[in-house]
Amino acid sequence: MTPLVRQFRDFFVSLKLTVVLLALSIVLIFWATLAQVQLGIWGVQEKFFHTFFVLENIPGTAIPVPVFPGGYFLGGLLILNLVAAHLYRFKLEWKKAGIQLTHLGLILLLLGELITSLQQVESNMRLPEGGTMRYSESYRINELAILDTTNPEFNEVVAIPEAVLADGGSIQHPKLPFQIRIRDYYPNAALAMRDQAPLPEFATSVAGSAKGAGSRPEQNSGQIPGGQQAATGPLATAGIGPRVAVTPLRLTYKQDERNAPAAHLEFVGPEGTLGTWLVSPLLGMPQKFDYAGRTWEIALRFKRYYYPFALTLIDFTHEKYAGTDIPKNFASRIHLKTDDAREDREVLIYMNNPLRHAGLTFYQASFEKGDKVSILQVVRNPGWVLPYIACIMMGLGLLVQFGIHLLGFVRKRAAAAAVANSG
Amino acid sequence: MNRWIPLIVLILAAGWLASSLRPQKNAGAMDLAAFGRLPVLVNGRLKPLDTVARTSLLMLQGRQRVSDPTVSEPFVATPAEWLADVLFNPAKADTYPTFRLSATDSPELLTLMGITEADTKIRYDSAILRTLALADFVPGTRTRFSFNQLQPKLAELDRQAQLAEPIDPQLRTGFQKAVVQLRERVMLYQRLKHSVQMPDSAGFLAEILRFQQGLPAGITAVRARQKGEPHDEAAFQALLAAAERYDIMDKHGYLLTIPPDASEPSPTAWRTAGHVLLETFETQSLNPNVMAYAALGSAWRGREAGQFNEIVRLFREQLGKRFGPQLAKSDVETRFNSAEPFYKSMQLYAVAFLLALCSWLRWPAVLGRSAFYLTLLAFVATTAGIATRMWLEGRPPVTNLYSSALFVGWGSVGLCLILEKTYRNAIGSVAAGVIGFVTLLIAHHLSLSGDTLEMMRAVLDTNLWLATHVVVVTIGYAATFLAGFLALIYVGRGVLTRSLDQGTADALARMVYGIVCFATLCSLIGTVLGGIWADQSWGRFWGWDPKENGAVMIVLWNAIILHARWGGLVRQRGLMGLAIFGNIITSWSWFGTNMLGVGLHSYGFMDAAFYWLLTFVLTQVAVIALAQLPLAKWRSFQNKPA
Repeated sequence: MTPLVRQFRDFFVSLKLTVVLLALSIVLIFWATLAQVQLGIWGVQEKFFHTFFVLENIPGTAIPVPVFPGGYFLGGLLILNLVAAHLYRFKLEWKKAGIQLTHLGLILLLLGELITSLQQVESNMRLPEGGTMRYSESYRINELAILDTTNPEFNEVVAIPEAVLADGGSIQHPKLPFQIRIRDYYPNAALAMRDQAPLPEFATSVAGSAKGAGSRPEQNSGQIPGGQQAATGPLATAGIGPRVAVTPLRLTYKQDERNAPAAHLEFVGPEGTLGTWLVSPLLGMPQKFDYAGRTWEIALRFKRYYYPFALTLIDFTHEKYAGTDIPKNFASRIHLKTDDAREDREVLIYMNNPLRHAGLTFYQASFEKGDKVSILQVVRNPGWVLPYIACIMMGLGLLVQFGIHLLGFVRKRAAAAAVANSG
Repeated sequence: MNRWIPLIVLILAAGWLASSLRPQKNAGAMDLAAFGRLPVLVNGRLKPLDTVARTSLLMLQGRQRVSDPTVSEPFVATPAEWLADVLFNPAKADTYPTFRLSATDSPELLTLMGITEADTKIRYDSAILRTLALADFVPGTRTRFSFNQLQPKLAELDRQAQLAEPIDPQLRTGFQKAVVQLRERVMLYQRLKHSVQMPDSAGFLAEILRFQQGLPAGITAVRARQKGEPHDEAAFQALLAAAERYDIMDKHGYLLTIPPDASEPSPTAWRTAGHVLLETFETQSLNPNVMAYAALGSAWRGREAGQFNEIVRLFREQLGKRFGPQLAKSDVETRFNSAEPFYKSMQLYAVAFLLALCSWLRWPAVLGRSAFYLTLLAFVATTAGIATRMWLEGRPPVTNLYSSALFVGWGSVGLCLILEKTYRNAIGSVAAGVIGFVTLLIAHHLSLSGDTLEMMRAVLDTNLWLATHVVVVTIGYAATFLAGFLALIYVGRGVLTRSLDQGTADALARMVYGIVCFATLCSLIGTVLGGIWADQSWGRFWGWDPKENGAVMIVLWNAIILHARWGGLVRQRGLMGLAIFGNIITSWSWFGTNMLGVGLHSYGFMDAAFYWLLTFVLTQVAVIALAQLPLAKWRSFQNKPA
């Protein structure tokens, strides 16, 4: 073994590395906890944990530089350190069983967290009483949906992720007889009817927020000045767009708010432009137009996940403690019916009692409109079972390990006491 | 002889503790003890009036005694007597100084409420008291004021509070916070006054009897008026006035005093007196329970003890038909309130601490053993207290920040007792004394915000997880604190005294190591269990919520201590420094994360607590710095060959 390789090995199996990594993790977590007040829980996860490096802009510029190792970096090195140390020092001994089990559990836990961060999909399902839903909606990701509704039996849907809109340029899709040119895009924008928002004032408000947005570090900021179109007149020529004024807003990171993007899209056929539409999830309804003998609907909406089963809300109950507004329980009585009719049953979803079905978990998350609408959180997490196994392994491992310590200590003391007594 | 002294100490202390369990005696002829045991429904829980009285006084003025420094006797003998005055004789209660307004909290608030230095300055007649006041042994300024003193400026208070309320609580200035808090206190007081009668009524019993008599005529008048026929205008107006008054009582009444009718299936459907009086318009007969409270009020104001006691007895008898078990709980809770097991334990911990400390200097066997017994006794008393709370609430021990403070203390002291039993060097007793005392003191301050037996919000409402995750994690806090505290003893004794011999030092190092192992186990398992709970209740194992982050920081820190020791990166002194830093991390996780005001777990924002936390952190940093002194400067190691 060359000295270099040995140095390399010694570095990766050392306890010093473990301690340093753990200490860095504590600093990272503490920093992220403080940052949460500003960034919100999602922003923090992206900036600190689901990343290799924590990036900060050089003051006064928009150039990000790594300033601290991120969650992936520290977690990855920890796993490496753990595995290397165990392989290097591995001995099949009862005395080591506890430690080995604990660390194996820890590796599993870290892997589980990695799988979760990569694979987990969270969405919401809004169910009015008596209503049936076959899909859930993301509350952070949007998509541009273009529906061919010509056939009354079914719709053909083309869904384009928001990220593609953010990139700008134009989109051509084999299922669409036209090209989509992205005229402008705002990651978060408010809408108002033009006749209700006096134009001159509105123009200043747009200019003001554009200036405010300019100092923001996100890469989207470059597109904000396009928002000044509101001052010069509507960009949209078709649909509801010409009557709506768009005010770009800063991105929000608050947990109870979500960003509503807006975009102006020009549809272009071989014979020329079909018009420019404004799209935003705030518009509520899709906009219709006819082209090439077919009827089309366009909507920028929260990304939808369709399922091969339907949920119907039979009843939502919201109990409070007597004489107070403190919630005691929320419960949704749901009818679950799969397309293949294998399952057709009633389930009760309430606090701490989710429904697990088809790799998805449905939780009681919230409610709306005087207890008439139930909101379920829908989570797909293929790694959900790993923490359970890891927990058992680590608990057992530590018990064994510290049990051995304690036993040794008691024996030693007993022996010492015996010596003292006989002496 | 020496063998008997600790036993005598134990018996005396046990006797003192047991004496607190005897039933409450009444100061006068009125059976206020029985009155205090009557249950009412407040904030979703059926509780005795005694509890309502105590928690209300704590919320209004931060203490249960109603007194003024210049008046030798308290205004009322018990909190229940104060509540009786508030409910039945508000004109008198309005003169009691029960609102805390202090220049140290907010001088602007005093100005707003028109309270001048002439009101706050206390002039003692005796020269001795004046001297003591200068040295701050007796209060030099008045900090409690009566409702009557505040009344002229209430409209202004309301205006200022309305200005302050739209502002995010964390962004409010000291004045705005004080304004909002005082308004909440005034509201609470006013709502209490509206609970069983209209506060301005000269005689509420006579008033509602008159109302009942005039009811048929009034209803006839209303019907005639609706049809546009001639009607008795006076009867109509009387009915209208009554309806308005009872509506005010229903809207403002704080206590749900009227039990559900026999026909009502839900045992929690208690109502306010005002609500039930409004129902009279339909039923046309007065509810006997409303009448009972009104009659109780008239007997109280007339000082008719016989009648008062008889009504209380009959009302209770009536309640017993349906609410027997609840009455029994109510009785136990009242007894628990007056026994004050946590306050008594605090005193025991203080004495135990002093005895154990002295045992390091003199009579180690006698004092050490006595301290151990007192700690044990205090531990038994807190155990009984926590068990009673669990039984009353039907919940695992930790349900809110207050109970977590109790439990952290309980867990630490339990571990200390084991250490003391093993090592018998009084270190366990010293640690137990301080940790027990401080955690109970923290708990006391947390109890000032109201009833500590709260109802659990839906998301937290699962006994399985409260019993596992919360309990285990809290024991993890307790153990981490204990390790840190033992390390403080090590540094304190080593640097400042000559008493840390090698044997003691090694014993302390073994204790710290053992406790850190235990802390690692509990905090790791507790944290992962918390993740599993989160997975069960809102669909994600880990969400980087501040409280979760705090918990995982404790786990990581304990892991660092263990790995640093196993890897030989630290020796005894380094181990101690790391363990003390564990105190900082744990206090951050326990209290600091709640001060951020974000996340699902934040169950209370505390301002004053922030400065205490900061102070605590600074002291810990100072001790860690102290531990960095070269060993030659440590008094205990000075004269030894290094």
